[in-house]
Amino acid sequence: MTVRVQAETFDPGAELSAFGQGRADLGAIVSFTGIVRDDAGSLDRMVIEHYPGMTEKAISQIVARAVDRWALADCLVIHRHGSLQPGEQIMMVATASKHRVAAFEAAEYLMDYLKSRAPFWKKEFTRDGATDWVAAKVDDEDALKRWSD
Amino acid sequence: MVEVMYFAWVRERIGEPREKIETKAETVAELVSELRAREPRYAAAFEDLSALRVALDQELADFDAPLKGVREVAFFPPMTGG
Repeated sequence: MTVRVQAETFDPGAELSAFGQGRADLGAIVSFTGIVRDDAGSLDRMVIEHYPGMTEKAISQIVARAVDRWALADCLVIHRHGSLQPGEQIMMVATASKHRVAAFEAAEYLMDYLKSRAPFWKKEFTRDGATDWVAAKVDDEDALKRWSD
Repeated sequence: MVEVMYFAWVRERIGEPREKIETKAETVAELVSELRAREPRYAAAFEDLSALRVALDQELADFDAPLKGVREVAFFPPMTGG
């Protein structure tokens, strides 16, 4: 299991190639990469603030629950902070398991929890100088309910 | 003495990322009441508790949680990771 919180960019292709490499017990690998999106065509940059210490702890707890619930063979989470340009990757998750259903579900679970339970906050800076904290969505909170057992 | 930390717009409204606070508050809610009474910038930051989350020693908690033994209290808006 790997959790990395970093300012630097990363290469999703290289990360995915290295993930689960050389393991014959895996039947499925699923990955997701989140990108800085510029809906209105006016975004200059996104700055991601986080809570050093709690961030790593919170993500590790989320990963541990996913690994346990879906008996994952391996799991990778990379999440960036700092200043990011439109089109840059923000984060990535990868899950490895024997079967695809577990890998897909665990990746969705990780994404749902990272969205609402990992201490990151996004601020958008537009080219005209305006700034706006990205608000959490009710949908994101609702998404967690489907995982309660 | 507790270390109180603020993130995102809570940090911006209060104007600093962290401070040490001498308090006899027994719960998070009591600490919030003390902070609100300090200065208008605190009152503004803590105006609507439904818009805030709190972590005690880096674990999410409720506003009625006890502060006994807690070293680090963090206030922030709902998280927007991913």
